[in-house]
Amino acid sequence: MDFMLTKQHEMARTLFREFAEKEVKPLAQEVDETEVFPRGTVEKMAKAGFLGIPVPKEYGGQGCDILTYAMCVEELSKVCGTTGVIVSAHTSLCCDPILTYGTEEQKQKYLPDLASGRKIGAFGLTEPGAGTDAQGQQTKAVLEGDEWVLNGSKIFITNGKEADVYVIFAVTGMIEKRGRMSKEITAFIVEKGTPGFTFGTKEKKMGIRGSSTYELIFTDCRIPKENILGQQGKGFGIAMHTLDGGRIGIASQALGLAEGALERTVEYVKERKQFGRSIGQFQNTQFQLADMATKVEAAQLLVYKAAIAKNTQKVYSVEAAKAKLYAAEVAMEVTTKAVQLHGGYGYTREYDVERMMRDAKITEIYEGTSEVQRMVISGALLK
Amino acid sequence: MKIVVCIKQVPDTKGGVKFNPDGTLDRGAMLTIMNPDDKAGLEAALRLKDEYGAEVTVITMGLPKAEEVLREAMAMGADKGILVTDRVLGGADTWATSQTLAGAIRNLEYDLIITGRQAIDGDTAQVGPQISEHLGIPVISYAQKIQIEGDSVIVERQFDDRYHVLKAKMPCLITALAELNEPRYMTPGGIFDAYKADITVWGRANLVDVEDSNLGLKGSPTQIAKASDKVRKGAGEKVTLDPTEAVDYIIDKLKVKHVI
Repeated sequence: MDFMLTKQHEMARTLFREFAEKEVKPLAQEVDETEVFPRGTVEKMAKAGFLGIPVPKEYGGQGCDILTYAMCVEELSKVCGTTGVIVSAHTSLCCDPILTYGTEEQKQKYLPDLASGRKIGAFGLTEPGAGTDAQGQQTKAVLEGDEWVLNGSKIFITNGKEADVYVIFAVTGMIEKRGRMSKEITAFIVEKGTPGFTFGTKEKKMGIRGSSTYELIFTDCRIPKENILGQQGKGFGIAMHTLDGGRIGIASQALGLAEGALERTVEYVKERKQFGRSIGQFQNTQFQLADMATKVEAAQLLVYKAAIAKNTQKVYSVEAAKAKLYAAEVAMEVTTKAVQLHGGYGYTREYDVERMMRDAKITEIYEGTSEVQRMVISGALLK
Repeated sequence: MKIVVCIKQVPDTKGGVKFNPDGTLDRGAMLTIMNPDDKAGLEAALRLKDEYGAEVTVITMGLPKAEEVLREAMAMGADKGILVTDRVLGGADTWATSQTLAGAIRNLEYDLIITGRQAIDGDTAQVGPQISEHLGIPVISYAQKIQIEGDSVIVERQFDDRYHVLKAKMPCLITALAELNEPRYMTPGGIFDAYKADITVWGRANLVDVEDSNLGLKGSPTQIAKASDKVRKGAGEKVTLDPTEAVDYIIDKLKVKHVI
């Protein structure tokens, strides 16, 4: 067992950190305040190859492993949770399912534009009545001649209005499963600009406020028959498998937020003086920092293990669930403690830890709540 | 077109500076980066490659660890990397360094050699022009813009309050300023490719037309008498006053310190 990163991964981390410090960090506060999607940063990331890290070179990607991608999301999220999730949703939830389930024609058509960042990707599964219960889908797709006709809506979609290519799930019929009728779900690729595909309201969120979270509305939206992703009726499996990968991205985001908050706090407690000495000299501060650092490192090991598992194992649901569960809860705990150690200043929007605490909360909720991760982990134990 | 870019691994000024007992830098013990002027030179070469098509070879002289800076250059888009490393080359000043690099470059075909203006550790700005002298080719220093026209280069050379436009036939050597451009980032895939690529490693035996007496610490006319880390000055005092008050304030301060 080897805990050393390769020189390649070390150099990649240097690259991501330099980019994050120079291009992302100076805008993080403004992105949060204005709730504007950081288009300029996305264009710079596209140029640097950050939007196709695990996509093979034959499809215009960087051809790197999942660990490199996870480190990218981690380093971006250290300074800006919004930027981290933009890359994560684009890569894990749009590029990955097209790469895994797409036909050769679909891969050739969509991946070069997505991996180069000329186009942005998104993923539409959640509906008003179908969050954790993904089977509760209401959006329908009916085959009429050579076209699928979509009707329904999706909510809380990351990269919502900014994306160009969407992986959308819809009910295509009813099937009998173990004596019970259940919905047949199918995945589709939908392009922005397709008649009948419009955007609803923009969500006003607690955190990751620049990530453009929108409602997607499909009204007699006709897409070509060949835009079905994978086989008809296999959508639920595609969604679950895609989310396994997505959880590694979100776990990386959570990890980055925790690391960023810890870094800021270490800097702050050295400078902040109370009772004639820096607050870092108080044992309470020292013990809090020790706990934070220990948990952050444990989270990092789980996240990296899950990232490596996605490259080496066919099934990595449990590794991804453990990484996301732990990293998200550590992110929430560490950012909360970071605000506490910053005192009154930490509660103001002048300091990054306040934003990080708000950004961290969503990591316990999206792409499977912490409760869902516990279901996945315990389900494997009790199988 | 073939372009050779000379790059140097230098201490990262964000990390601490460490010295050997002889006053030279203990490069093995410090955090390092690619020298900023050299990085701009590399970016200039890569832009020429993008625009006109070129093969870009990066060359560095240093410890075996300096291989990292070649990999970084290749991850940015350089095609080949050459590391010149040998114990007998250690402790070189600008004369011995330029002799070494010229001796290595004599093995290569080139139309253009680009170096940084100066390295942030030595700050001499001598190595680039010295290489051109050893190789007997023209040099244009302090380049802030580079264009190719046929078999010539047209360079804007920065000057105090203006710039000069100079034209030289290739092969020639150009020294680049960090202000020349904004260097591109490495790409993630480029990093992995760079580590798969072979780096050519040359030692003393590979240097062409160079005397031993011009190499390493022994071949260096400059000897370091003493070196020390920079003593940091205090942050100073900032006050905001109107001009008349400010003059009185400064005069008072100078009187208190018995300067006037």
